[in-house]
Amino acid sequence: MAELNLSPRIIPDRLQSRGSRALKSWESLLLVVAIAIFAINSFASPYFLDPWNLSDATFNFTEKALIAFAMALVIISGEIDLSVASIIALSSTAMGLAVTMGADTPMLVVVGLGTGLLCGAVNGLLITGLGLPSIVVTIGTMSLFRGLSFIILGDQAYTGYPASFAYFGQGYVWWVFSFEFALFVFFAIVYSVLLHKTNFGRAVYAIGNNQTAALFSGVRVGRVKFILFLLTGLMAGIASICLTSRLGSTRPSIALGVELEVVTMVVLGGVSILGGSGTIPGVVLAAFIMGMVTFGFGLLNVPGIVMSIFIGVLLISVIALPILWSRARRRRAH
Amino acid sequence: MAKLLKNREILLVIAIAALLVAITLRFPGFVAPANLARVYNDTSILIILALGQMAVILTRCIDLSMAANLALCGMVAAMINAAFPGIPIPLVILVVVALGALLGSINGLLVWKLEIPPIVVTLGTLTIYRGTIFLLSKGAWINAHQMSDAFKALPRTSLIGFPVLSWLSVLAIAAVYILMTRTPVGRAFFAVGGNPHAAVYTGIDVGRTRFFAYCLSGGLAGLAGYLWVSRYAVAYVDIAAGFELDIIAACVIGGISIAGGIGSVGGAVLGSLFLGVIKNALPVINISPFAQLAISGTVIIIAVAVNARTEKRKGRVILKKAEAV
Repeated sequence: MAELNLSPRIIPDRLQSRGSRALKSWESLLLVVAIAIFAINSFASPYFLDPWNLSDATFNFTEKALIAFAMALVIISGEIDLSVASIIALSSTAMGLAVTMGADTPMLVVVGLGTGLLCGAVNGLLITGLGLPSIVVTIGTMSLFRGLSFIILGDQAYTGYPASFAYFGQGYVWWVFSFEFALFVFFAIVYSVLLHKTNFGRAVYAIGNNQTAALFSGVRVGRVKFILFLLTGLMAGIASICLTSRLGSTRPSIALGVELEVVTMVVLGGVSILGGSGTIPGVVLAAFIMGMVTFGFGLLNVPGIVMSIFIGVLLISVIALPILWSRARRRRAH
Repeated sequence: MAKLLKNREILLVIAIAALLVAITLRFPGFVAPANLARVYNDTSILIILALGQMAVILTRCIDLSMAANLALCGMVAAMINAAFPGIPIPLVILVVVALGALLGSINGLLVWKLEIPPIVVTLGTLTIYRGTIFLLSKGAWINAHQMSDAFKALPRTSLIGFPVLSWLSVLAIAAVYILMTRTPVGRAFFAVGGNPHAAVYTGIDVGRTRFFAYCLSGGLAGLAGYLWVSRYAVAYVDIAAGFELDIIAACVIGGISIAGGIGSVGGAVLGSLFLGVIKNALPVINISPFAQLAISGTVIIIAVAVNARTEKRKGRVILKKAEAV
């Protein structure tokens, strides 16, 4: 995808101070937007500011955000994974199958995570092992993984998950803070540290900016990418456990179209779709924004498909606006 | 012989023939000429769409919004027909082709003028177009009894032994073949995908060429929208949902490189037919139709792996010493 960019990438020097850069960053813009949406929502609906309602609102984005953290790393490295929703479906189906064989809750978690990892490994092997473009491979595995769920389930559904399994999607850690929200916070910290404070994170940026240069400076490009796809599969497995536990049933059409929302969340969070830049705090803020917008629309009785129009417009405009903005600024500078 | 085997079209013809032989062993009636004509007719819509997608992929772009575009145009065609049954069908087709081209041009403009990556643009417009159908129809279906007889009859009407639907796809193949091989725009599609920098130096406007490719794919999606709705005699929000993957699969199987610049009309047609044969054969050889998605996925992955192997021999090392260092 990087080759679509015809002009050479210009990386500016640090001409401004740390503080003014932070103030003008995409993340601070997102923070302002998030606060604005929060304020608008509290005025638009009297039910919005209830702590339990807000807690319910977090379920709108926690599962998707879990995947978005790993997806952010994949996109920063210049690749993409469109198969995440299908991984959710396949690992949910695998868990349902395990239930019919009499698996208990810990076993279900192992099955869910294992299926996710396996799917991620398949993607990673095809992309790094055979050197295939990730966009086509994951379009293929998107059909394959969900297709396997359809073969196993057909038009049936799995239900009858054990009662203790319900904790992952419905349990609360403390007061209004759900288990899913706790996972969200935990992984937000883990991925922030991984991307911004470790050698591995530096390598991800390096690959995204210039894969060849990264290779020549000693980064094991293939291995890093493989790990990234493995991580995405794992996060999709975790999301699948949460979602399955929350819904209490599995159909092959579970989580249909979620990949679009995850990619939107990542791009809205300021991650360049061409790779090489982006931050985890940005993705966290984008998750909050998308969650609050859909929740606010829900309180106002807006149908789901209209929300999806909004997400589509949001996806295009968050990329278009900075481009238009920088063009306008360049024009003023001349 | 070895050179012959490297030719994607011949390889695909052999693969389709092998597939047909395998199916015939289980169900001899499948290769009856009348049935093969039915299979072709059933694949016609996919062929028309794959031709548009091919043009887009050739220019290093991708159009994920084709199925949503198809559904929106199909819904508009059905609504026009339901509200004004008197309007002649060719005019309705003209309107939806224009509408499809317009929707395609929105993709094209975003890719051309704003230089937004095509995958993001078309992922976005995919949901926007689908959502628009809901806004237009308020979620209601338009059923067979609301459509005029002429509207439903056109694709089925027999012309020299074959349905109009088949003839339209033949016409589309011929038109796109001429466009690709006999016009400057067709050459530009290949040039832009093969090497955008070189294309700029030869005076080709890369962005505008991509814009044309999106208009073409949009217009063909509009045509397919009418054909889909009139053939199945129903229009609702979710028609052809997920069909964009089949279209891309047909192109990838047909040897059209996702990296752009490589592909042919014959490849797109044969790739579509390969999928069409599988789809029509599954029920008669007693494989669950639920298996189709997994089979398409597997075929996409195999096809892209084969493509990557053939594309690797593109360059030639001229500085062997520098390579060794």
